[in-house]
Amino acid sequence: MTDHAVIAPSEAGILRSYIYDPKFRGIFFQLLTLITVVVVGWWIFDNTVENLARSGTASGYGFLRGRAGFDIGQALIPYTSDSTYGRAIFVGFLNTVLVAVFGIITATFVGFIIGLGRLSKNWLIARLCTVYVEIFRNIPVLLIIFFWYKGVLDSLPQVRDSIALPFNIFLNNRGLAFPRPIWGDGAWLIPLALVIGIVATMVVARWAKQRQIATGKQFHTVRAGIGLIVGLPFLAFLAAGAPLTFDYPIAGRFNLTGGTRILPEFVALYLALSLYTASFIAEVIRAGIRGVPKGQSEASFALGLQPSHTTRLVIVPQAMRIIIPPLTSQYLNLTKNSSLGVAIGFPELFSTTSTTLNQTGQAVEAISIMLTVYLAISIATSLFMNWFNAKMALVER
Amino acid sequence: MNPKNLAYIRTEMLGPEPAPLSTKTISGWIRANLLATPKDTALTVIAAALLLWTVPGMLEWLFFDAVWSGSDRSVCTTIVQGGIQPDGWKGACWAFVGDRFQQFMFGRYPLDERWRPMLVAILFVALLVPMLIPKVPRKGLNALLFFVVFPIVAFFLLHGNIFGLREVETPLWGGLMVTLILSFVGIAVSLPVGILLALGRRSNMPVIRIFCVGFIEIIRGVPLISVLFMANVMLPLFLPTGWTIDNFLRALVGVAIFASAYMAEVIRGGLQAIPKGQSEGADSLGLSYWQKMRLIILPQAVKLVIPGIVNTFIGLFKDTSLVSIIGMFDLLGIVRLNFTDTTWITPVTPITGLIFAGFIFWLFCFGMSRYSAFMERHLDTSHTR
Repeated sequence: MTDHAVIAPSEAGILRSYIYDPKFRGIFFQLLTLITVVVVGWWIFDNTVENLARSGTASGYGFLRGRAGFDIGQALIPYTSDSTYGRAIFVGFLNTVLVAVFGIITATFVGFIIGLGRLSKNWLIARLCTVYVEIFRNIPVLLIIFFWYKGVLDSLPQVRDSIALPFNIFLNNRGLAFPRPIWGDGAWLIPLALVIGIVATMVVARWAKQRQIATGKQFHTVRAGIGLIVGLPFLAFLAAGAPLTFDYPIAGRFNLTGGTRILPEFVALYLALSLYTASFIAEVIRAGIRGVPKGQSEASFALGLQPSHTTRLVIVPQAMRIIIPPLTSQYLNLTKNSSLGVAIGFPELFSTTSTTLNQTGQAVEAISIMLTVYLAISIATSLFMNWFNAKMALVER
Repeated sequence: MNPKNLAYIRTEMLGPEPAPLSTKTISGWIRANLLATPKDTALTVIAAALLLWTVPGMLEWLFFDAVWSGSDRSVCTTIVQGGIQPDGWKGACWAFVGDRFQQFMFGRYPLDERWRPMLVAILFVALLVPMLIPKVPRKGLNALLFFVVFPIVAFFLLHGNIFGLREVETPLWGGLMVTLILSFVGIAVSLPVGILLALGRRSNMPVIRIFCVGFIEIIRGVPLISVLFMANVMLPLFLPTGWTIDNFLRALVGVAIFASAYMAEVIRGGLQAIPKGQSEGADSLGLSYWQKMRLIILPQAVKLVIPGIVNTFIGLFKDTSLVSIIGMFDLLGIVRLNFTDTTWITPVTPITGLIFAGFIFWLFCFGMSRYSAFMERHLDTSHTR
């Protein structure tokens, strides 16, 4: 046994001990990876430069200042075909944000209702909600987008046979046209009042919470808040002398003039994304609520809380902790899926960027802009939701 | 303190309550599940009204008023539109689906060569079914045949240009065949690559960890369509001049990269759930890193996340439909291609075709999710309370 101790390590032994030394091996493999990545990266870079030079494409982001020369059907900021490529991409970005925000709000709302419905004791409601989830979860979202676009919105009437809805709203195969509000002098009072209302509500909520902790008396924060947030801007509206007129859409023979129009592409994309994501959100909500132990609601009933208070004060706050992380990824999925608008010609970020790419041939630059923006949206959303999650997370002793 | 003076203490006995209503009978079941409270009753009435309002119309459109046979657009159009149906007719045009069924399955694959994809499909089913049934023995051999031998055989059978088979270029491939090939390759590549990426992300070598985290987060942060687009536009730029990559292969690369990143995160969830003692136990037995992972950690981790893995497969299967945007004709792409075909251009063709494609996608995805639920129960060795 002692023989091993006295034998001096031979040269081969030293080498072998290096091979089996985890530290040495770790460094070796990392170096190997690094070298491989650098070599492959250099090879790709070299090829790209050569290919670009061969096709005579100038590199750099200067093309963003060039004239775009294509029209965009729906722009939130002034845009014409004389605007720059940079502005075209920005218009696309704003449209992505628009459809994502509306989609997220609707999907959350529908998802909550369907998710709670699946847990309902009412057999019919639970079954209907299950059918909804199982249908929408198992069909590609692109197909749902086409379904709305081709199947439903295509069957809307021509402009001259527009369906006239109340308040001068018209529905036809060119989209939904509704009166555009024109704000007159003194309209700035209204957003100001809105901000004051929101701040005042926050102050009231804080005071009400402190009073409840101190004295146990409750205060109708929600009612007061609604009063402040809705009432103050309304008073400001009256005080400024109702500075609001409408630009009504007028049905012509071939087109509607005036008013604001929502493209059918937007409606199709918005409906498809909302309904598709809602089926996933419903499952997230259901899992979250089922994740709260039954003892919690039993204890709450034992304390004499009403069912509605049990749900609002005991179940939902605990379920939210389970719900928030997967809900975040659903929101991100919806935002990323909005890029499918390109398939039906809705001018969102992906669509305007790829049009730019096709016109200028600046593949590397255009794709890098697009990837950066999507990554930035993803990272910003994750950071916000992580902060929110940390705020909601269980504070343990 | 005389308890008799306290107002809240009952002094007389309560009368007997009537027996509770039975919930075993049909009327009892209805009372308990549909009409329990006034709110429930109202909801039931609203839901029933909604069903009565939509379902009969839907059934009429889908089945009773639908056209089941015919060879061109005239059977699915009204007289005004140049067809044979009475004015105001509306219904599904299944004749269109029947006429184009072969195309929806195989795309533009040459007619007299279609026995080849059929043979591949039969091989696929013959290898898949024993793979899915837990009782069938020799899973290792089966997996080897399915994931290694079958793809090679299938490639040569489909592509040809060998053993006297005629060459069929990939642009001619299409329909459900392409959807299935893309998903199969995506699944077969993403599982091993995803496992490697997940291990890399949890490695204690910083360089490898950084590369894995970067790859996973970047791919997961951008939409699939941009990854496909990148594979389509950038891949030719990355390669030396003169090298060309088949369009189909580009889409495969894009799908595989995307699926791997998502799979890596699912596997990581499983790895994180394995207690540290397992890893320490393996170390103390003197197992090497790969032995430890292969024999101790991964079998437990993968079993834990089977639902997540199947969900990724389902997502991948649905996402293959995006290749139709970059100009390939998968099931959705080929259905859309037919919207502009003058033989079948009618107001009801697009929606009929989409419903058909949706049903096929639904069938596969729903099947996968049911199988995953079955597997979860089958593999559940935990001591249930």
